[in-house]
Amino acid sequence: MSAFTQTSALVRDGTGGGSLRQRIWQARWCYLFMAPSLVLALLFTFYPLASSWYISFLEWSGLDSERKFVGLDNYREVVEDPYFWAAFGRTFAFAAAAVPVMLVLALVIAIVVNDQALRLRTVFRTVFFLPVVTTTAIVGVVLSMILNPFDGPLNAFLLDLGLIDAPVDFLGDPDLAMWSVAGVFVWKWMGISMIYWLVALQTVPQDVYEAARVDGAGRWHTHRHITLPLIAPFGVIISLIAFVGALQTFPLMQAMTQGGPAFSTELVEVYIYRLAFAAEHQPRLGYASAVAVVFGVTVLALTLLQAWGIRRLHVTRRDAKDAADAREPEEAS
Amino acid sequence: MTAVGTPAAARTRTDRTEHTAPGDRTDRPRRIRLPRRPRAREIVVTLVLIPVCLVWLYPFVWMVSASLKTDDEIFGSTSLLPEEFQWDNYSRAWYEANIGPYFWNTLIVTVATVAIVTVTTAMIGYVLGRYPFPGKKLVIVCLVGTLFLPEGYTIIPVFELVNQLGLSGSLAGIVLAESGGAHVIIILLFAGYFRQLPKELEEAARIDGAGFLRTFWTVMLPLAKPAVATAVILTLMRVWNSFLIPLVLTLARPDLRTLAVGVYSFEGQNLTDWSGLAAASTISLLPIVLVFLVLQRYFIEGVAGAVRG
Repeated sequence: MSAFTQTSALVRDGTGGGSLRQRIWQARWCYLFMAPSLVLALLFTFYPLASSWYISFLEWSGLDSERKFVGLDNYREVVEDPYFWAAFGRTFAFAAAAVPVMLVLALVIAIVVNDQALRLRTVFRTVFFLPVVTTTAIVGVVLSMILNPFDGPLNAFLLDLGLIDAPVDFLGDPDLAMWSVAGVFVWKWMGISMIYWLVALQTVPQDVYEAARVDGAGRWHTHRHITLPLIAPFGVIISLIAFVGALQTFPLMQAMTQGGPAFSTELVEVYIYRLAFAAEHQPRLGYASAVAVVFGVTVLALTLLQAWGIRRLHVTRRDAKDAADAREPEEAS
Repeated sequence: MTAVGTPAAARTRTDRTEHTAPGDRTDRPRRIRLPRRPRAREIVVTLVLIPVCLVWLYPFVWMVSASLKTDDEIFGSTSLLPEEFQWDNYSRAWYEANIGPYFWNTLIVTVATVAIVTVTTAMIGYVLGRYPFPGKKLVIVCLVGTLFLPEGYTIIPVFELVNQLGLSGSLAGIVLAESGGAHVIIILLFAGYFRQLPKELEEAARIDGAGFLRTFWTVMLPLAKPAVATAVILTLMRVWNSFLIPLVLTLARPDLRTLAVGVYSFEGQNLTDWSGLAAASTISLLPIVLVFLVLQRYFIEGVAGAVRG
């Protein structure tokens, strides 16, 4: 019997049957098919995952092979490092500022371009999605030219309108730089949240809207009392995807400010990069790894929160469906 | 779900157009008041959205315009139309700022990574979607566990590993590092797609004497074209725009830089050649924007489908 016949027997029977060894042997094609992906993932995802823990216990410059095992010293230093905590706080502040603005804007635009009666809706969707597909680092470079205080087009425009008296140094002012990048972040990534919201909106059954219209509900009320509650569970996931994404803004920040001026935009990833690869002095791969592990564990904790959110989604949607099913006979009559 | 939803949506649309038909309007002007409201709404919404769209497009328009101006003109005038088209900005960027070689590096890395990722994720998705085997749950749990792994978390070991493999002086290192991320979403997309293909296909292929590999390659994979298209698009978008991995892996070899790294470094080294920088940016963004415009329906559906799947 050929290997394939055995494997397709697996398909027909469901379980395969026989001892574990037999079942493994029968499914050998399956393992062979997974091998390339798993080897690549093992090398470049799982090994680095474990290795970054190991490296975080070393004092290692990366320049030579000299590695000194220093135990928890790096972690002790992380805890006492004001630059790290400043970067850590800034990273979350950045996400907390940019994400709500982006999500609300994306939701409003999604509701508008979801309207079948709007003739230009495809054009609008394309335009809003365009920044999403472009190279973040290059877009960052272009935007820093546009925000240039010396006659950059944005300053020239604002001066012409009389909105400002003197040019604003959007990226050079420590109090302003991070919020300028946050604005660019919203511009860059709003389109993807818009698409997620559109997916959510398309799960809302059309007849609910028709029923609301018959009952005389206005647009505002329809969205307030029907659309929002029905897509709220999706909102949990969409917000978390956006939030976790906003914690990882390395390309944009590096291209626009490189953490400056005066460290005012140094987010955790920019800090890790500076410690490990762009150090003015000796690179510190071990210490940078400890910073990365602390940050990674925090983000992973958020991922667990996301898993919890997804479970809630399923429960809420099932309840909503049950409620809808219970209502249906009334509406039919 | 969609099968039911679409006709309903189509019906409302027809109703609306009937009410607002021009013939209707002249015959019974009073009665159309109420149904006409959507039309007015459409105009208002469009008039509000157009300026917002212009804000969204402006950076790209400005970039192209700046790439055709002189440096003095870029910051001297607010007009988007250059006085005289400075095409030599492009040749300067291509030859002197090395954007040409960077372009080919990016193309090689992108094509190789897209090919590797698409084939390997289709293979693993195929067996995860269609076959039960010992250890399957473990594989899925491990993959899903990496869903939100920050790139910055693993970059130091990846850098070290590529060096140890002796690949630090080649594009192969970048290709492997880009292909080696856990592509959970694409894998699950393939698994879901293959799962719903009928079992009879395998049986028929077996009767015709096709082996496991042949069945996958000549029967199953061609049937999964929509999933393949999505995998190609998602990977293409990610790799063409990738920054951290190529940045770190080309630190010692500037000639291996990709466009994202090249333009970024160009900015750092040459703070005066604004028009050259704009031209370099245009060359780098143009291919991905063109691909997007040609495939935009699949792009947006691919992203949406990956979320739904």
